[in-house]
Amino acid sequence: MTRDTAIGSRDAEPSVTPVEVSRWSRTASAFTGACVVAVLILAVVPYVAGGPAEQPLITLLTFIAMASLWNLLAGFSGLTSFGQQAYIGVGAYGLYLVAAHGVNPFAGILLAAFVAAVVSLPVSALVLRLSGGYFAVATLVVATTFQIIATLSPSVGGTTGVSVPGLAGYGDVLREALTYWATLIVAVASVAGVYLLVRRTFGLDARAVGSDPVGAASSGVRVGRIRLLAYLAAAGGAGAVGALIALQTLYIEPTSAFSIQYSVDMLFMVLIGGMGTIEGPIVGALVLFALQETLSAYGAWYLVIVGGLAVVTTLVAPRGLWGWASERLGWSLLPVGYRVRPPAPPGRPASPGRAAPLAPPDPPRT
Amino acid sequence: MTWVNAVIQGMLLGGLYALIACGLSLTFGVMRIVNLAHGDLAVCGAYLALVLSTFFGVPVWATLPLLLPAAFVAGMALQVLLFGRALRHGVLAPVLVTFGLSVMIENLLQVAATSDPRGLNGGALALASFHLGSITVSWLFLAAFLTACAVLSGLQLLLSRTSWGRKVRATSDDLDTARLVGIKVRPVFATVAGIAVATAALAGVFIGTIGTFDPLTGTNILIFAFEAVVIGGIGSLWGTLVGGVIMGVTQVVVGEANQAYAVLAVNLLFLAVLTVRPGGLFTSRQAAGEVQGQGAPG
Repeated sequence: MTRDTAIGSRDAEPSVTPVEVSRWSRTASAFTGACVVAVLILAVVPYVAGGPAEQPLITLLTFIAMASLWNLLAGFSGLTSFGQQAYIGVGAYGLYLVAAHGVNPFAGILLAAFVAAVVSLPVSALVLRLSGGYFAVATLVVATTFQIIATLSPSVGGTTGVSVPGLAGYGDVLREALTYWATLIVAVASVAGVYLLVRRTFGLDARAVGSDPVGAASSGVRVGRIRLLAYLAAAGGAGAVGALIALQTLYIEPTSAFSIQYSVDMLFMVLIGGMGTIEGPIVGALVLFALQETLSAYGAWYLVIVGGLAVVTTLVAPRGLWGWASERLGWSLLPVGYRVRPPAPPGRPASPGRAAPLAPPDPPRT
Repeated sequence: MTWVNAVIQGMLLGGLYALIACGLSLTFGVMRIVNLAHGDLAVCGAYLALVLSTFFGVPVWATLPLLLPAAFVAGMALQVLLFGRALRHGVLAPVLVTFGLSVMIENLLQVAATSDPRGLNGGALALASFHLGSITVSWLFLAAFLTACAVLSGLQLLLSRTSWGRKVRATSDDLDTARLVGIKVRPVFATVAGIAVATAALAGVFIGTIGTFDPLTGTNILIFAFEAVVIGGIGSLWGTLVGGVIMGVTQVVVGEANQAYAVLAVNLLFLAVLTVRPGGLFTSRQAAGEVQGQGAPG
């Protein structure tokens, strides 16, 4: 994983001092190690703590997956979709359809993700023609249209909805544990998948497209392809999340499957945590989870606070909590950019990375 | 004759859609902001009209002299406090800020007014109608349509004939050059936002009188307004009227066959226009380019 390279060769002019450019750091290694340990601990929760611990963790892990995927769209690629609930719903109904045809519901999660990605392909041809606020509302129209279609389809229960079939063979304890593990896998896969994706050239291209499509296109970035890839990946991920939500609630009906609340949650988590970073959405998911646990008794006031915090964050701290913290503390636990270290003065070891990162996680400049 | 009736009713309904949409169109045309709280602001207007007409015990139309200036001031305040600041953070920030505002408004209304559906009392006008042959035309729908035409004509005149309109058009064409030649952009933006919110409130009063509304109606209003703007063509006020009329006719004609498919048909029409003519039917080339995010395909 370490990709330390030294720019500037030994044969260079003496006046050119070599600088060390690195992406990985000791902090990042330690943090990755800690993440692996955390995931392992989370994986044994059903054995150790059982049901009461699973339910809140399922909520939190679902939040993390949703936030990471929305961040791929809005944070990295500049596509602020408020219609990802379209694919959450498609994933939920996709799970119902494959399970009704005899596929194991847990294996069906993967198929549901695939179905959502396939559905998003023709939709992308329409909505990716637009950008900014127009893209946002067009995705909302698509989600509403899907909801109406589900309402008008008697084969998926119309307005009343359907329960998820194929779960009769599982006891409650086993079913909840399997759902928990599936959620854990989807959450880890979303975070790791987005991370590995944006570490590649795609990440640089996507951020270029997000901040300035014209500039990106003129530098040879294939804007259309980058947007399409981000849109398909986010739709597939949302499909998996939708299938998980169906497995958690055991019942699918149009109003909740296509609820705009999912978009509100995603926007809030990514904004609060910090757009365009890997760590930000996780921080945002923790914040939303904490808010929901403490404030959901206040009903609508809880959402007033959520909306208000989103507005204030955009205007006052557009880089979110994580952006603020990493700026102050110089942390980059899951780096996507590179750091340049000044050359080591003779006789002293290289300064341990106090220098500014070369490519800091982009502020949501766009 | 049912079909002719459906087309006429649809056209009248389309006027209402255009009235909702013109503020959205104006805000985008001048400030490049898609105000995602536009529908919620219309609902706020309806609630305010309800409060005022109950308080003074007058028909809802009598509250307009108080309601519209209040909405204008609210729009100016929103522009100065939120939208203008958001614009300084790039093109993404207004989308996020207006969406956050929309969530706030919807839930504040839930807290203040519960989620019961309400209606406005339009007095005698709301129930009156006249006959054209065998077709019954509601005065209320006709009033909404004529109001839409009046508002659109008024805006068009303001934009093309007054010095304020010249400033708005200059700012809309090229913000930096407008500043260079001495136009104070902030007051221009503030007045535009004020007018947009005032038209939204006016549309909200008609929506509340014709049907019912609840705190969550705003999202649907936004979607209809947005569809009218895109179908008609971005940045074209009369295009918005045509877009609204096309939507209204589609909705009523399809609803005549099967009510369940009426809204779906409008959404599909919108997606079809997006496929065939993404810039809308009457768009200026510049506006279309901006909406499509200058995105070079490929």
